[in-house]
Amino acid sequence: MFLQELAEARGVAGHEQAVRDLVLNAIKPWIDTHRVDALGNLICLRRARGQPTEQGPRKVMLAAHMDEVGLMITGINSDGTLRFGPVGGIDPRVLLSKQVLVGDDAVPGVIGARPIHLTTPADRERVVELDKMAIDIGVTSKSAAEKKVKLGDYVSFRTTFEVLDTEGLRTVKGKAMDDRIGCYVLTELLKTDYAFDLYAVFTAQEEVGLRGAKVAAYAINPDLALVFEGTVCDDIPKDKDISPVTELGKGPALTFMDRSVIADPRLVRLLVRTAERLGIPYQFKRAIAGGTDAGAIHLTREGVPSAVIAVASRYIHAPVSMVSLNDVDHTIQLAREALHTLEGGLEA
Amino acid sequence: MKELIKSLVEAYGPSGHEDAVRSILAEVLRGRASELRTDALGNLIAYKKGSGGGKRVMIAAHMDEIGLAVTHVDKKGFLRVASVGGVFPPTLVGGRVRFANGALGVIGCEKWLTANTPTWDEIFVDVGATCPEDAPVGVGDIACFERSFADLGRRLVAKAMDDRIGCAVAAQALLELGDSPHELYFVFTTQEEVGSRGATVSAFGVEPEVALAVDVTLIGDTPEAKPMAVSLGAGPAIKVMDAGMLTHPGVKQWMIATAQAAGIPYQLEVLERGGTDAEVMQRTRGGVPAGCLSIPTRYVHTPSEMVDYDDVQKAVALLVALLSKEITWP
Repeated sequence: MFLQELAEARGVAGHEQAVRDLVLNAIKPWIDTHRVDALGNLICLRRARGQPTEQGPRKVMLAAHMDEVGLMITGINSDGTLRFGPVGGIDPRVLLSKQVLVGDDAVPGVIGARPIHLTTPADRERVVELDKMAIDIGVTSKSAAEKKVKLGDYVSFRTTFEVLDTEGLRTVKGKAMDDRIGCYVLTELLKTDYAFDLYAVFTAQEEVGLRGAKVAAYAINPDLALVFEGTVCDDIPKDKDISPVTELGKGPALTFMDRSVIADPRLVRLLVRTAERLGIPYQFKRAIAGGTDAGAIHLTREGVPSAVIAVASRYIHAPVSMVSLNDVDHTIQLAREALHTLEGGLEA
Repeated sequence: MKELIKSLVEAYGPSGHEDAVRSILAEVLRGRASELRTDALGNLIAYKKGSGGGKRVMIAAHMDEIGLAVTHVDKKGFLRVASVGGVFPPTLVGGRVRFANGALGVIGCEKWLTANTPTWDEIFVDVGATCPEDAPVGVGDIACFERSFADLGRRLVAKAMDDRIGCAVAAQALLELGDSPHELYFVFTTQEEVGSRGATVSAFGVEPEVALAVDVTLIGDTPEAKPMAVSLGAGPAIKVMDAGMLTHPGVKQWMIATAQAAGIPYQLEVLERGGTDAEVMQRTRGGVPAGCLSIPTRYVHTPSEMVDYDDVQKAVALLVALLSKEITWP
């Protein structure tokens, strides 16, 4: 399964090459041209087929980010353990006792934790800070560690992809669903003809501040943009009658507003109407939280109407996340139909 | 001008949903601007052709206001909400909000009276529904404060003075301006309250040589207020700095000299927090000398923002004076 390859590829922000190679290899038959820009974005063009309408857009940008959150080596201790800092938003509580891979050589390591025998109840109440943790790669001296790793090496989580359930929600688990799930959706959308030039951009460095999307959008100067994401999903029981942000299996999640963008209301209406016309389930992202590449894209040059379609992903920004393949299929279906509707232009 | 102010402040226009405000302004300026257009992010750009020899100047006032966005409708029909822009929960309880479709709601709070400062988790909106199916609005719908304009004589009170008063001042200045040597772009911007997003893209498009925002500023003249040397009724304020911008010294001098020459009283404004569209205009492309003409306003970001009508009229006079003559600074 291509999604498995995507999820298992290592692509901490700033080091997206493995993901880029994988994507490019998969989509080459479906695109007319591609290029890799100065920041590492993979920009693919599938030229317009058919006659664009008078009101229709000429250039539509789709974006999904290749990078994932991870760690970076900031120091090597005299005992051979490695100090590190976060790359992107990481809660220290998800790190202890996790397996990681360090650098291009994928040196295996463990983020050690003190065993329960040696902790007091008070210890167990406290969150261990990032700077009190270390990665243990099984060597006992600084010089031995330096033969395997160096400062600035990126660190990814070591997580295997697995299909958990082939019926029901068709759940799968793996690392980096934020946003390999979006990359997967984009590769599927590239397999269809549209009446406009479709720029599918696999962006770099989203997790550290929408950096790749910013320069890619400037270069492309699109008329419209759709961003594909894996988004927060917290469909656990609540003690109050309050919505989860999104729920697994309830369809693509549409953003009306987050910290980075107010989605263009015309695009949101178009997505909702398309879903309702075709009976595709959809949900709104029910929190004004987080940001996506749309935050950078819509502010490009003289402004780009933008919207976000996301796949609900449980446990994101942690070593393992979970999505429903039903949601993935519905996201592809909704986006494809909405893009065809867009060929006629945005209603006022 | 009070009628224009009243129609602007009473219009519905939370960030990203400025259509009604844009329609009012377009109606007022149609035929008076050389060209009117709306860009991809909804900014209304009114261009006034210059008589020659001047600069390309962008004047920005934002159309959007703060608001509330629905994030959940519960089983009994109550709405949970999140803020659009800087809304402070203590200003909410007992107030009313209005949605784009005209639906009204009352803002309530869990454990009201025993609560201290309410938090967003405790705030809800009651639209008179008893179940979700009954609710006239749903997740993703956005409300603004519901509060009518009040003319207290010298002082005017309304929701959304921030920044409809700036829109009114800019529009009125355009209407009153005679010949100007400058190519003038009056931009009524969107999404200022969520990060000056409309001004970011419109400034890129206009590519100004000089930029001025017209926006509200805070005051220090109410009981026990945090000290700030700006008062209501002492004239429009010329911004020196805020959290997002240091005014270009030349622009500041130009504004001061123009006010003095025209005999318009003014105040110098040092704002410790907050920012305006001027900060993004200043940083567009290769950089633009920018400043801000501010209207002193009490109770900013509450449903009852108060300005002094004399300050407002003098702000129009100062803006007209600034844009009528050659722009120079040492």
